[in-house]
Amino acid sequence: MANSIKIRAKLKDDVVQVKCLMTHPMETGLRKDSKTGKLVPAHFINEVTATVGGKTVMSADWSGGISKNPYLSFDFKGAGKGDEVTIAWKDNQGGSDSASAKIG
Amino acid sequence: MTMNTKRRVFLKGSMAVGTVGVAVGAGLLTPQAVVAAWNEKAFQAKSVDDALNAVMGTASNSASASIKIKAPDIAENGAVVPVSISTDMAGVESIALLAEGNNTPLVATFMLGEGALPEVSTRIKMGKTSDVIAVVKSGGQLHSARKSVKVTIGGCGG
Repeated sequence: MANSIKIRAKLKDDVVQVKCLMTHPMETGLRKDSKTGKLVPAHFINEVTATVGGKTVMSADWSGGISKNPYLSFDFKGAGKGDEVTIAWKDNQGGSDSASAKIG
Repeated sequence: MTMNTKRRVFLKGSMAVGTVGVAVGAGLLTPQAVVAAWNEKAFQAKSVDDALNAVMGTASNSASASIKIKAPDIAENGAVVPVSISTDMAGVESIALLAEGNNTPLVATFMLGEGALPEVSTRIKMGKTSDVIAVVKSGGQLHSARKSVKVTIGGCGG
């Protein structure tokens, strides 16, 4: 699952805005497969953490109610240009990925 | 006779321990450290109040005009409804996002760390026309705001 996260982090005044897109099916476990008529097992990201310089600036818990290929944006203060933002996710089937980007 | 009394005492004791154990298991006495892990009970709750009780510890909240929800009035596709929540409140600890009409209303919780501003955006699924509810925890108090979103095509199993 390499490169499942795209991150843009921009500094404006003293606020860093982080936008990220993750590639993930986000199955709720309630949807039926149109061909087999069987329920598609739940498979969704349930934990997302964003860290800058070893400090967690934001962590989120999600359910399958987040759309497929999730989008997340948030703002924070206290970082400068060139600092790295790392975003990591874990899903309910034990999958995980992380990526980082420099603040520009 | 003495044996019997001891046995009674023993049974009583073990039953009490059992009750506490069950309470912890059911999330009634959830230790603070456990809350950090993914809150299965909250995310599987079928009503807004149950979900809030499980995730924030209480369901009582007051409506607040300082929470802004940005979401479309009419969502053509319930599978992708962009939602932004922002507030000018100080000392926000966490934000919960719920879709009232969904099978399991709690969609996401955001825990703000050091330096984070109370402003998040994401995209959610909505099964049918209902209210999107934002609950902001600040200074131990819950504040909420809601916005109605009309869904023309459901996003859950459609």
